[in-house]
Amino acid sequence: MISKRIVLHFPHRLVDQPIVYKLVKDFDLKFNILKAYVTPQEEGLMVLELSGKKENFAKGVEYLESSGVRIQPLSQDVIRDESKCTHCGACVPICPTDALILDQRTRKVEFHSNKCIACELCVKVCPTRAMEVRF
Amino acid sequence: MRTIKEINEKIRSGEVVVVTAEEVIDLARRKGIKRAAQEIDVVTTGTFGPMCSSGAFFNIGHSKPRIKLGGGVCKLNDVPAYTGFAAVDIYLGATALPDDDPRNKVYPGEFKYGGAHVIQELVAGCDVRLEAASYGTDCYPRKKLETLINLKDLNEAVLFNIRNCYQNYNVAVNLSDKIIHTYMGTLKPNLGNANYCSAGQLSPLLKDPFYRTIGIGTKIFLGGGIGYVAWQGTQHNPGVPRSDNGVPRYPAGTLSVIGDLKQMNSQWLVGTSLLGYGASLVVGIGVPIPVLDEETLKYAALSDEDIYAQIVDYGESYPQCTPGSLGEVNYAQLKSGKITVQARQVPTGGFSSYSKALEIAEELKSWIKKGEFLLTEPVAYLPGADSGYKFKPLVERPIV
Repeated sequence: MISKRIVLHFPHRLVDQPIVYKLVKDFDLKFNILKAYVTPQEEGLMVLELSGKKENFAKGVEYLESSGVRIQPLSQDVIRDESKCTHCGACVPICPTDALILDQRTRKVEFHSNKCIACELCVKVCPTRAMEVRF
Repeated sequence: MRTIKEINEKIRSGEVVVVTAEEVIDLARRKGIKRAAQEIDVVTTGTFGPMCSSGAFFNIGHSKPRIKLGGGVCKLNDVPAYTGFAAVDIYLGATALPDDDPRNKVYPGEFKYGGAHVIQELVAGCDVRLEAASYGTDCYPRKKLETLINLKDLNEAVLFNIRNCYQNYNVAVNLSDKIIHTYMGTLKPNLGNANYCSAGQLSPLLKDPFYRTIGIGTKIFLGGGIGYVAWQGTQHNPGVPRSDNGVPRYPAGTLSVIGDLKQMNSQWLVGTSLLGYGASLVVGIGVPIPVLDEETLKYAALSDEDIYAQIVDYGESYPQCTPGSLGEVNYAQLKSGKITVQARQVPTGGFSSYSKALEIAEELKSWIKKGEFLLTEPVAYLPGADSGYKFKPLVERPIV
C-alpha cells in the first residue's frame, strides 16, 4: 500500500471530465479530497490524498499524466520561508493536523510538510507571513 | 558584593563571568544562590515579541529650496508619518497604515504593510519613497517634495518606543462562540486555544522584578544595536499583585527605550501583520542584569515555573474592560503546549519567540565577554512596587 498527498492541475479542456472517478473505477485507488477549486484561469486544482496498491498507484499516476493532468507532491507547494519565520508559535494551535509543532527542546517551530493538508489557515495568522502556498 | 564599576573593570580585563537568564537557573540550582552570586557577574536577558508602541524619528535633511513638513503631510511608502515638529523631523509609528489600506472593512483585515514594515525595510538598507506636501512659508517656500530616501543618508534615525518589554502579560483565550482576531493572535471559539506573549524566564523585567538594576539610562541591546532605557514605559503599573517570590502576576512594569536605528539589524526589527488587528513591530531587546548581590541573583534565577500569568477572555472581558481572570498558569505549563482552563485542555500558542529571545541573550553575552559592551548605572530608578504609580483607566466626561 502507498499513500501520498498530491496536487493535480487540470487544464481547461479536462475540467468537465470525470478523471478522479476513473482512478477509483479502473485503478482501485482510494482518494480523499483535501481541496478543490477552479482557478480564475479556468484551470482545475485538486489536492488529493491518494492511496492504493503500489502498482495501481503508479498506473493511476501514469493515466493522469497521459490525460494531461500535471501532478506534483503537496510538500512542494506549501513552503515556509525560513528567513521570515521567527518561531513565535502563533501558528501552532491553529494548524489542524499538527504539521506545525513547537519542539520542546529547541523551542523552535517545526514544519512537517508530510502532515500538511494545505488548508492555508497558517498563512494569514503568521505575523511575518512566512508560510507560502504556491499551487 | 560587587559594583557596576567593578564589573566593568572585569569586562575590560576579559575576566567577567556572564551567563544567560536561562543558564543562571540551572547554575543557581546546582551551586546554590550564594555561590552562584559569587561566581556570576552578569546575567543577560532577552525578548522578541510584537511591541506596537514602537516607532522612529527621522531627520531627513533640508531640500533646496526648503520645505517645512511641520503642519503638512508626509508619507513613507504611502504610510503616513507624523509631521508636527520643525521643518524636517518626522516620526513614523509602527502601526501606521496607508490611507488606502481597507483595514477591517474586509474582515479580517490583513494589514500587509504598515509603519513597522517601512522601518524594517529602512534598516535593511532599502530605498523608501518619501512624499510630502506643505503650505509654504517665506522661509520654507516649497510645497511639494517627492524623493527616495535611504537610512544611511538621513541625519538622524532614532528608534524611540514609548512602551516595550511588558513585565508579564495576559494569556488570551476566547469564551465566545465565534473566532476572533486580536493582538494576541487568532483565538478559536469556545476555548479553542490560549495564546501567551512573554519570554518568561528570559524576559528582562521578570528577572529583575523590583527594578533594582534596570532603570533610566540602562544600556541595552536594542534591535541589534545599542540602546538605552529612556523612561518607564507608558502604562507602567508596578503595584499589581505579586507572587511570594516578588514576580508580578499581572502585566506590570514597562520600559520606554531609545537607540540609533542606523546601528540596528532588520533581523531584530521585524514588521508584522496581525490578522484582523493591524501592523506591529517585533523588537529584539536584551537587558544585562549586573549581579550586585545575592538578592539580584535570586531574582535572576527565577524560572518559568515561578512566573504566573492570568488567563483572560478576549471574547468579552478584555474588549469590554471588565476585570476578571479565568485562572493562573505558569510559563512552564504554557510552554508544555497545553493548559487547563475551566476543566478543559486547551492548546497553547506563543506570540513572543523564545528561541530568538535566547539568541539575543547569547548575543548580548558575547558582546560583554568580548569587552564591547560595558554596563551602565541607572541615572534614576523606575517607579517601584510601593511607589503608588498606577495605570489608570480613562474616566470619560461629557463635553458641555
